[in-house]
Amino acid sequence: MSAGRLSTTRPTTRPTLTRRVARTLAQWPRIRVAALLAAPVGWLVVFYLGSLAVLFAAAFWHYDANITFTITKTFSFENFVALFSDPVYRSIAGRTVMIAALVTITDAVLAFPIAFVMGKLAGPKLRSVLGVLVLMPLWTSYLVKILAWRLILSDGGVLNWLLRPFHLSGPGFGEVAVYLVLSYIWLPYMILPLAAGFERVPTSLLEASTDLGARTWQTFRSVVLPLVFPALVAGSIFTFSLTLGDYIAVSQVSSTQFIGSVIYDNLGVVGDLPLAAAFATVPVLVMVVYLLLARRAGAFEAL
Amino acid sequence: MITRRSRLWVSAACASLGIAACGSASPGGSGGPAMLTKIGPGEGALNIIVWAGYAEAGQDDPTVDWVTPFQKQTGCKVNAKIANTSDEMVALMETGQYDGVSASGNATLRLMAGGTAAPINVNLLTNYADINPSLKDQPYNTYNGVHYGVPHGWGANLLMWRTDIVKPAPDSWGVVFDPNSPYKGKITAYDDPIYIADAALYLKATRPDLHITDPYELDTTQFNATVNLLKAQHTVIGTYWSDYTKEQSAFANADSVVGTTWQVIANLLLTDKNPTPVAVTVPKEGSTGWSDTWMMYSHAAHPNCMYLWMNWITSPAVQAQVAQWFGEAPANLKACDIIATTDPTFCATYHVGDAIYLHNLALWKVPLTNCGDSRGNVCKGYSDWLHAWTDIKG
Repeated sequence: MSAGRLSTTRPTTRPTLTRRVARTLAQWPRIRVAALLAAPVGWLVVFYLGSLAVLFAAAFWHYDANITFTITKTFSFENFVALFSDPVYRSIAGRTVMIAALVTITDAVLAFPIAFVMGKLAGPKLRSVLGVLVLMPLWTSYLVKILAWRLILSDGGVLNWLLRPFHLSGPGFGEVAVYLVLSYIWLPYMILPLAAGFERVPTSLLEASTDLGARTWQTFRSVVLPLVFPALVAGSIFTFSLTLGDYIAVSQVSSTQFIGSVIYDNLGVVGDLPLAAAFATVPVLVMVVYLLLARRAGAFEAL
Repeated sequence: MITRRSRLWVSAACASLGIAACGSASPGGSGGPAMLTKIGPGEGALNIIVWAGYAEAGQDDPTVDWVTPFQKQTGCKVNAKIANTSDEMVALMETGQYDGVSASGNATLRLMAGGTAAPINVNLLTNYADINPSLKDQPYNTYNGVHYGVPHGWGANLLMWRTDIVKPAPDSWGVVFDPNSPYKGKITAYDDPIYIADAALYLKATRPDLHITDPYELDTTQFNATVNLLKAQHTVIGTYWSDYTKEQSAFANADSVVGTTWQVIANLLLTDKNPTPVAVTVPKEGSTGWSDTWMMYSHAAHPNCMYLWMNWITSPAVQAQVAQWFGEAPANLKACDIIATTDPTFCATYHVGDAIYLHNLALWKVPLTNCGDSRGNVCKGYSDWLHAWTDIKG
């Protein structure tokens, strides 16, 4: 046996480990997918679902705010009873959902024209310029943007200075300010999926609609809107859920309370983890319902 | 780090086994390491939770610095975390990451009863003999006869207003409780359940029919009247403050023009490069106040540094610096001799050593269901105060 012969046959008779693994993976696509997803899915299950489960369990514990100021791990529904019996928690939850809905609608209306231009009208150059402009605020810290809005809405701020010649004054700090600030901050999250949605609308369909005699409004309502609706819903998931969870902007530009403010006060300030956990289930439930509705609207294909 | 992690595992094991007895929650703080009998060399680091203005290292004013000399002398590198409310202090202490805290009376009971604070060997505190006797052995620093800390200083919560906007100068808390106030939307209040006591103190003076004797001991009728006053106040509040920098900027921008404050915030506003015209007073109804105590965590990672700090911060020279910077009465009476060399009226202004004034100040404490008088267990406990505060803010 010569050395030359051995070296030519080795790859076929004795495959290396890498090669064997590669062959197995090629033959078994399921194993391939499982191997690729194991780490991220494991991460999600352990840290996301796991922490949610711990949170949910904590909602049934008891915090003694009268004598020991400690948490006891005994099972009871007292936190949920407290949340349902006191109307203030209902009104806080209602306010949060209401402002989240208003922010979502406002962002949808504001995002529509710019997303249309980005997705359908603009050439590649203008499109990338617009894309950068939309993304730019996201490169700035969330807190900096809120503090900038404090300067705008403040009594001696920019807005009042601009309005003074007209004998008007701005809304000042309060719920209106929360609505304005959150609408501004989450707007890019609506524009981006919506622009992607417009991009997927075939121009030929718009032309066909016009050729068949449809007016502009009719084309918009019967052709464009149904096609971009899933993208709109996809964007709304972001604006709605982000508003639902906010509490920092709320505390900086108003004296009102959101669900997040109550959770923060109870958890970060008071130490009443069980009540905070119980109240935290409210936005989780709201989002589950919202996502189920969004799935029916086909939003997940548009993401 | 190792001790913290092992504590975590222990508490996780306790939780999973459902063993109540292995928690560190036993009252009196037993279960922690034994009390020090002598202060050893510093561990090189000290993590403390402080009220704004209690640990200055020249960051606000280069000449105001008592942290750097402490670090030079002891080798303990100070990491000071500013907390905005007593609740926050308790929550931070319970994380186990800090060696000590400058806690007010509404936090100290919870720290002592919950076992978070360690008993303190006051024989190791070189300045303990010079501490104002009216501050020693008080319910806010001594629990079941055991000392849990060393007094730091005390003072009143004040009414502050913009002198260029609020005219005439107010002398009553009524100015922040008037639902038809001309300053509607520009009134501020302290964002913490303990602020309920401020309203109760105002009702104590203005509603004698309620027979409020102590603003922290409120039965149902008194409590409901107080909560209603605060709900009416909510309609004229612009923003609440708990972060002192937030109140500072609100007054500087005239978003708030009148409300409750600490002396240190007024000092910061008045000494700023662009000073804001503000004034402060103790209104005629009196004030709530605080008496702060330096306490140590029951499983402190740097106990020697914490003892060294307690000695440092209660020494006459440092007490003089802190009192003048923060605007409060120092606990160490010898500080007044030093302050008098630069400000002869200071200690009289802050009523240092005036036991009657101190006694009449409604010092922050934890509201308990036991009223502490003949009424018995009919008062609203802290959990009711917590929920009421959420209720008031709506």
